[in-house]
Amino acid sequence: MLSFIGRSIIQKIVTLFFVSIVSFLIIYLAPGKPSQVNPLNPKFTVEMVERFRKAFHLDQPLYIQYYYFYRDLFTGRTVSWKDNQPVLTKIWQRFLNSLPLFIVSTVLTWTLSFPVGIRSAIFRGGFYDRATTFIAYLLIAIPSFFFAYILIIFVVSRFGVSVIGMNTFGLEHASPVRVIMDRVWHLLIPSVLSATGGIAILSRYVRSQMLEVEGQDYVRTAKAKGLTSEQVHYKHALRNALLPFVTMFGLILPGLIGGSIIIESIFSWPGLGRLEYEAILARDYPIIMTVNFISAVLVLIGTFVSDLLYLIVDPRVRL
Amino acid sequence: MPKLQNTTVAKPAFESNSEAPMAPKRTRLEETWRLLKKNRLAFAGLVIFVFFFLTACAGLALTSGTKPVFDPALIRLPEKLKPLLSKPNLAVLRPEQIPPLGTYLLGTDELGRDVFARMLQGSWVSLTVGFVAVGISVLVGIFLGGVAGYYGKLSVGMKEAVVACLCLAGGTALAFGAIHIGLVLVVLGLVSFPLSLRLSGMATKHPNLEWLRRGALSVDTLIMRFVDIMLCFPSFFLILTVVALLPASIYNIMIVIGLTSWMGTTRFVRAEFLSLREQDFVTAARALGVRDRRIIFRHMIPNAVAPVLVSATIGIASAILTEAGLSFLGFGVPPPHATWGNILSDGKNYIFDAPWLTFVPGFAILIVVLSFNLFGEGLRDILNPKLRERY
Repeated sequence: MLSFIGRSIIQKIVTLFFVSIVSFLIIYLAPGKPSQVNPLNPKFTVEMVERFRKAFHLDQPLYIQYYYFYRDLFTGRTVSWKDNQPVLTKIWQRFLNSLPLFIVSTVLTWTLSFPVGIRSAIFRGGFYDRATTFIAYLLIAIPSFFFAYILIIFVVSRFGVSVIGMNTFGLEHASPVRVIMDRVWHLLIPSVLSATGGIAILSRYVRSQMLEVEGQDYVRTAKAKGLTSEQVHYKHALRNALLPFVTMFGLILPGLIGGSIIIESIFSWPGLGRLEYEAILARDYPIIMTVNFISAVLVLIGTFVSDLLYLIVDPRVRL
Repeated sequence: MPKLQNTTVAKPAFESNSEAPMAPKRTRLEETWRLLKKNRLAFAGLVIFVFFFLTACAGLALTSGTKPVFDPALIRLPEKLKPLLSKPNLAVLRPEQIPPLGTYLLGTDELGRDVFARMLQGSWVSLTVGFVAVGISVLVGIFLGGVAGYYGKLSVGMKEAVVACLCLAGGTALAFGAIHIGLVLVVLGLVSFPLSLRLSGMATKHPNLEWLRRGALSVDTLIMRFVDIMLCFPSFFLILTVVALLPASIYNIMIVIGLTSWMGTTRFVRAEFLSLREQDFVTAARALGVRDRRIIFRHMIPNAVAPVLVSATIGIASAILTEAGLSFLGFGVPPPHATWGNILSDGKNYIFDAPWLTFVPGFAILIVVLSFNLFGEGLRDILNPKLRERY
């Protein structure tokens, strides 16, 4: 166990090193220089460009820039090229904005997809199963931006509430109930949107896992010895079908920073996805690279956690 | 002698056997087709897919050239935001501005351009992006997965590792801008390559060079670690970054989507190859002295292709979705050219006045992606006998 953890950590660190190189090179080898941000700006003289290049080490060879970038990143001194704010603070603020969206949509995904998947596995081939299967396919196929507009039209015209942004302006003097409901509406619609794809995929996965287990001999034995169907389904089948999902908790982690670029830009939600989008538009390399790097770290931690969980949960796995 | 007798006895028995009633013989293709027709959802998916394919080809033929039948870029300012199936106002239009079908089938947009013509033009973009991107990712995936699965146990020897490290370090140094060091390292690496080939002879003479012959890393480890590295990046963000930094063009989008989505295929193919290479028919082929290339292309790839086909079908759907998302964010194909994503993105500003500008491209994407997914899932059930029996 300890040796597994040790080996795994070393492997992850090596991977991380290469990830840092790749995420650095992808940006710097792409055509276009960051110092040419806006050549049409009259204030952008040659001296300005020179000073800019010097200040951000852009006149140095790439391997020195690589060293400077990661040194600054680990000491927390990286600043955005756009407004000279520390990158980590910026990311942290936006992360706090994205967090409620992430929590609500994750809770929605995990609480809804299990009942749906289990029920359609138990009544396989029936009307409920077919309907949920078709709806799941529909939700996987629908482009999130299109679904967002359908939902916005529906909510705005049916309930007459506003949903764009984090809250409605000018509600400072309204009653607390109104303010809270306003917050809830603004939070709920984007969360539902980012949860739909997850619900569809996860419920299909739960269904196939359940079917897999229901076909096993010990489930047949349990049925044959006359246990109630609740006991068979929930005690014998479900517990074993849940195994792979325990490991999926680790894979939620990268979603923390990914945010949803499309949904956050539709709803003008000032979260991480929007920060990424703005950084890409402004060619703000430090932010792009930092976000890339942090999300790669989270992916690695996530896979590590899921390996560990599998080790703990499933006694058959011995590494 | 008894062996020979055995064969002479066995032969007539076999012949009589073949005349006995057997299950109706069907080729694999016929069997697949029969099962496909039974699976109604998958069949519907296939029909829509064929229809979409023909539409896209027709779209290319009808909307390109100097005098297209349907001109997607023709601006008719008096005919702004006309709803579906509305008649053109002939009094304000010049003869060449009148739509060829006599109506605006899918309405017009905020510049009076015919949405039907724009949708036709966009369908070709969606189709090519889907197919080319998936083509690239499947090719890369089969190649890397095949190498990892078939030659995985081979190890990169120390000598090859030294050569590769020299070349790689030189290349990296060049990329980072250290031209002199880089050139020296690359030249050193290239010079040492022929040396490394003759090394096996040299190492026997010099015992202190023995470590050069030891294995360093297996090919499998090398490729799969590379897959791990690529999987660390959030794909949509990576695609968006690269597409935003590159000059806007449809080819860049195809290549970038293709080069960031091959990891799944590589894993599938590797797993299939690992199990196939232990099968008896491969051992038999190898015992017969069949060459590696023939074993791979004639014996193994046809058996490994089913999961690749399924994941490619679903991959096309997700590539179309990704392209639409990029177009929606404004990073897609440059503006005068219409894609489904940018029709929707332009139309969203008129969502209450002209909802068809949002709904027409939205439903088009939805239906095409849905059909690919249904077809792919159906194909998975059909090509996998284990799943087929159960449902």
